[in-house]
Amino acid sequence: MASQYSNLTVQAYRRDNGRVGVRNHVLILPLDDISNAACEAVANNIKGTMAIPHAYGRLQFGEDLELHFRTIIGTGANPNVAAVVVIGIEPGWTQRVVDGIAKTGKPVQGFSIEQNGDLKTIMNASRVAKDFVHYASELQREECAFSDLWISTKCGESDTTTGLGSCPTVGNMYDKLLPEGIYGCFGETSEITGAEHICKARAANEEVGERWYKMWKAYQDDVIFAHQTDDLSDSQPTKGNIEGGLTTIEEKALGNLEKIGRTSRYIDILEPAEEPQSGAGLYFMDSSSAAAECVTLMAAGGYVIHTFPTGQGNVIGNPIVPVIKITANPRTVRTMSEHVDVDVSGILRREKTIDEAGDDLIEMIRRTANGRHTAAEALGHREFSMTKLYRSA
Amino acid sequence: MSEIPHLLVHEQADNVGVVVVEGLTAGTDMLCCITHDNSTFRLTAGADVPIGHKIALTDLKAGDTATKYGEDIGKIIADIPKGGHVHVHNCKTKRW
Repeated sequence: MASQYSNLTVQAYRRDNGRVGVRNHVLILPLDDISNAACEAVANNIKGTMAIPHAYGRLQFGEDLELHFRTIIGTGANPNVAAVVVIGIEPGWTQRVVDGIAKTGKPVQGFSIEQNGDLKTIMNASRVAKDFVHYASELQREECAFSDLWISTKCGESDTTTGLGSCPTVGNMYDKLLPEGIYGCFGETSEITGAEHICKARAANEEVGERWYKMWKAYQDDVIFAHQTDDLSDSQPTKGNIEGGLTTIEEKALGNLEKIGRTSRYIDILEPAEEPQSGAGLYFMDSSSAAAECVTLMAAGGYVIHTFPTGQGNVIGNPIVPVIKITANPRTVRTMSEHVDVDVSGILRREKTIDEAGDDLIEMIRRTANGRHTAAEALGHREFSMTKLYRSA
Repeated sequence: MSEIPHLLVHEQADNVGVVVVEGLTAGTDMLCCITHDNSTFRLTAGADVPIGHKIALTDLKAGDTATKYGEDIGKIIADIPKGGHVHVHNCKTKRW
């Protein structure tokens, strides 16, 4: 059924694989930690490129190694990225990343350091990076349907105002845009604890709900209970959450779940950094509740805009995905205004309805997709944090 | 609503509400609003309570369940008078 949201369009980049990106980055992507220096040197040589250094990629194995590849390849494949230079210490795994990204049809080339050294690698990679900048800078934005956007969400430095204002604002946006055909994503597995009965019931059908519950229970048993040294009262809720008035994980979880609105149902469960395969709709990604890790995983899954409700003022950004900050806490608006993209504190004063706040967010998504830099982008927040499942070999 | 509320409550069934103004002091005659149906009532704050923190809507006894969003958010572990501050010193998770 047509709604006032059906005809919304954005000016964005249509990629060769049909996906729509809202940014046009040329990435210098390290396969592993020891290739960071070469990547940063290339990014310093060639203006208009961005290196995203990280801490991992050596001696990983099994499921943890698969997650590493999924995250690196997914980051390069994200539609917000126009072209990629990959640098790794050796050619084998470097080529695996190149091949993964090449499936999107975008320009990608790999370089390995062994038998070349940093300096020769940097010179060769810089020449290709320069060509990629010329290529990317001539790409034009074109009119795309709003429904082509993949929009993820995760909240951070939550407090009681997030459950009252900023999370329901995101939920209202999903209730309005999911019926139009966008892809949505929420996650934060440990942070559903206390609201798992509600989350399970919000699956599109019983089979998906059962799979979700099994995944949540496994996280509890294999991660939380297997490694806990105390009752987790200092970790979930966090010290910042407690300062903001959240007392228990149950209370935090119930506020968190406000992000999926009133009518939205999730249609499938994603592994960390996994790309959705079941068509348009809302997905749950099995993920950490740590902000930078979670946003990095969702970006690697292919999401191009992130909506981030915060109470006490989490300052996170992401290198390739604009992170839109929404807060309802008037103290955060007063003390940290440079981090706030959408101020919905009027909800607490009963001056603004959730419905109006949802429209405010949709308008900010439209402007952000068109090119407006978010607060996090303007402030240079580029947190790229890989999730690691266990110790390396 | 012309007067700005001091305290917001999610559901009728809740026994705690959230302070949504800065600098709330003990003795304040609070305007309280239940967001689910926009109904209002008044309650006197029993303590200085920071923005975002919770206040008991009724006398709560150790062993009671704290209810917010109409759901169980934990157990009361020390008696709290109506209007009193509810937080980690007198309310605890049932999960871990």
